[in-house]
Amino acid sequence: MAEFLQFFFSGLTVGAVYALVALGFTLIYNASDVINFAQGEFVMLGGLSTVFLAMAGIPLPLAALLAVLLTIAVGIALYYLAIEPARGASAVSLIMITIGASIFLRGTAQVVFDKRFHSLPPLFGSDPIRWGGAAILPQSLVVLAGAAIIVVLLWLFIDRTLLGKAVIATAANRLAAWLVGINTRQIVGLSFAVSAGIGAIAGILVTPITLTSYDVGTLLALKGFAAAMLGGIGSALGAVVGGLVLGMLEAFSAGYVSSKYKDAVAFLIILIVLFAIPNGLFGRGKVERV
Amino acid sequence: MSILAAERLSIAFGGIRAIDQVSLRIQPGVVFSIIGPNGAGKTTLFNLFSGLYRPQEGRIIFDGEDVTGLAPHQLARRGLSRTFQNLQIFYRMTAIENVMVGCHRHERTNVVADLLHLPSVARQNRRTRLAAQSALAQVGLQSDTDRLASALPYGALKRLEIARALASEPKVLLLDEPAAGCNPVETKELEGVIRSIVKAGVTVVLVEHDMRLVMNVSDHIHVLANGRSLAEGTVAEVRRNPRVIEAYLGTHDAPEGQDTEEAARALG
Amino acid sequence: MREPASHRLALLGALAVVIVLMPLIFPSAYYYRVGALVFIFALAAVGLNLLMGFAGQVSLGHAGFLGIGGYAMAIGPVHLGVPPWASLLAGAVISAVVAFIVGRPILRLKGHYLAVATLGLGVLIAIVLTNEASWTGGPDGMSVPRLVLFDWAVRGSQQWYWISAATFLVGAILAFNVIDSPTGRALRAIHDSEVAASVLGVDVARGKLAIFVISAVYASVAGSYLALINGHVTPDIAGFLRSIELAAMVVLGGMGSILGSLVGAAVLVVLPQTLTILHDYEHLVLGLILMGVMIFLRQGIVPSLAAAVSGRQT
Repeated sequence: MAEFLQFFFSGLTVGAVYALVALGFTLIYNASDVINFAQGEFVMLGGLSTVFLAMAGIPLPLAALLAVLLTIAVGIALYYLAIEPARGASAVSLIMITIGASIFLRGTAQVVFDKRFHSLPPLFGSDPIRWGGAAILPQSLVVLAGAAIIVVLLWLFIDRTLLGKAVIATAANRLAAWLVGINTRQIVGLSFAVSAGIGAIAGILVTPITLTSYDVGTLLALKGFAAAMLGGIGSALGAVVGGLVLGMLEAFSAGYVSSKYKDAVAFLIILIVLFAIPNGLFGRGKVERV
Repeated sequence: MSILAAERLSIAFGGIRAIDQVSLRIQPGVVFSIIGPNGAGKTTLFNLFSGLYRPQEGRIIFDGEDVTGLAPHQLARRGLSRTFQNLQIFYRMTAIENVMVGCHRHERTNVVADLLHLPSVARQNRRTRLAAQSALAQVGLQSDTDRLASALPYGALKRLEIARALASEPKVLLLDEPAAGCNPVETKELEGVIRSIVKAGVTVVLVEHDMRLVMNVSDHIHVLANGRSLAEGTVAEVRRNPRVIEAYLGTHDAPEGQDTEEAARALG
Repeated sequence: MREPASHRLALLGALAVVIVLMPLIFPSAYYYRVGALVFIFALAAVGLNLLMGFAGQVSLGHAGFLGIGGYAMAIGPVHLGVPPWASLLAGAVISAVVAFIVGRPILRLKGHYLAVATLGLGVLIAIVLTNEASWTGGPDGMSVPRLVLFDWAVRGSQQWYWISAATFLVGAILAFNVIDSPTGRALRAIHDSEVAASVLGVDVARGKLAIFVISAVYASVAGSYLALINGHVTPDIAGFLRSIELAAMVVLGGMGSILGSLVGAAVLVVLPQTLTILHDYEHLVLGLILMGVMIFLRQGIVPSLAAAVSGRQT
């Protein structure tokens, strides 16, 4: 039982990160039909920038804030410099652009920062909390709480503000939204900015547990994408559920089956979802007209 | 013995019955037209015939064989071909290459032979190119043989699709709104093309909005409205059918005779 | 963009001449190795180009087949006592079988779903290669015994230059053959309109599967050569980055251009070599190239040049 709880919590924690990455994917995909592989790099940038800014002497909270702003700026730049000029390109071209961007960001991080693993001090110390025989890091709870807060804030924004409505409109039908006067370019740019911010915050929160380095982004992006697919690409609820489920599946399979193949779980899920339930758990399909 | 028949064909999308219990029989060697107001289900019916949709109820009989549920390429190999309302041209290929693909079902090489470019492949390429050239000539596009399809004007592309469909030497050719977007001159040329196709022994099933073309070229007309069969008969019979007139024009309060005359004129 | 038949023959001839004459200007033996690597990757790129550029599909996991071919050259001789030439064939057959089995369900997907599915496949292969250490030597890989044909042990970059150049030429000829054939026309039709192709009698599913298998075999042979020339194979031969590099070669050179695949491979092989001093900048540059090409030079190098020369708009 203690073991089960242990896996449950570690699965939940890493699942929360996947959920946030998946949420970022979903936001951007809904607003622009782009699958943004650089999503994982946002997480990496959040954590790693905070580390290096703090190393440069800036107090940690400020470093974190600056890191988030920096990542948001990168997200916006990604949209306006790489995605927007290619508007009208095929889905595959756009994926390759974002893959190129993620490789570029990774390569830049390699040069600007370094290739080592780095950590950040946890928010509430590193003494694990004992519960039911399992040892839970306080930072895990921080990650979970942070993720929950972000999801709620995002939901409030989408549901309760005018700008949020504009985002929904753009997601539903970009042309129509544009015709009624919504500045769709800015909306898409906003979605990139918000996704980048969410990713950065996730990175900062989880670094005390998982450490960070210049190349954590790739695997995170792929897993976040698997989570989004599982939940149904285009569904925000699906993204969150998918992320948590993926995290749990990983933790349990690593614990009970084989820890070597932990990373394979996400890819198996991708393939299974695409073959068996292409629309995921909560997604809706599109009809092709001849 | 009909060459193509539908028996109580039905298909629904979401809650909408796009085709509802439609039955018809098409005799070989005629021009059989399917007309009806927008949304009547004409293209859906074509999609059912050509295997792109699978009917939920009913059967399709082609040349004596129950072909319900067969895939498009299987139907093509039995001699059914079609053109598309929204042009499905191979834009990255030249005009003649487009038509050469039409010959696919008659080509006799396999992947390995193609990889090795055995002599049989060169011979097949030559035969296919000749057949394609003759199909292009049939629709009057011989001067555009090696031009990239994306460079051709709309009217030429419509004819190109017909040439491509003809290259497969079909028994039945489904033409989906071939005159859409064509000017009167082009439509008149199209009439000639259709007649020559029929003279060569191909059965033509036509979906069209251009009533003049339909009335001039059809041997038999089937009228659809809201996914259901409304009327059927010769050109003269259908023109005067009050239910057909009503489906196209609606009704208004005027002496019945006057209505029918106006409508008959409007229907060409 | 494709080259017509007469041009193709001339092109191949010119290529053969260049291949033969190039060593005359090589400053050192090292360049033979670079040349060999270019032809090896160009071979894989040609196969992928048939899939992506002509048939209009996408595979972001093609390095998985490089991995199968590469590890066959290690596992065969070392663990199973199979001579290298037979291992090469076995690797190709295994790749073909894997492509055949996985291809049918995977190729039903389109667009970004297909891209991600193939990506997942490639990464899974890489993970298996990394984890099954008893067979594959784990993350550090395995050493690969030399290729011995009859009594001749293939050794040295010079010999590999000629072997891989010749193999590439054969691969290019086969590719040109396919393009100018009923199969090739059917594939290009599938690319432009699957619906129209099927209505004309093309078995779309079978066509896509056939070209997927063929492109897998190309990659497998290239992977085998890669393992042989290096004398060593590690799991990142099958990794995500390698798959992206392959796709980048195809896109950079020009989708649908066989010559373009050679050019793309040349750029992406030679560039890191020139950047060895700035080795750390390799990824940065690769990312920039990828983005730049997809945004500004979407046709790829060779078709863009060809269009510029002929004055035609693409």
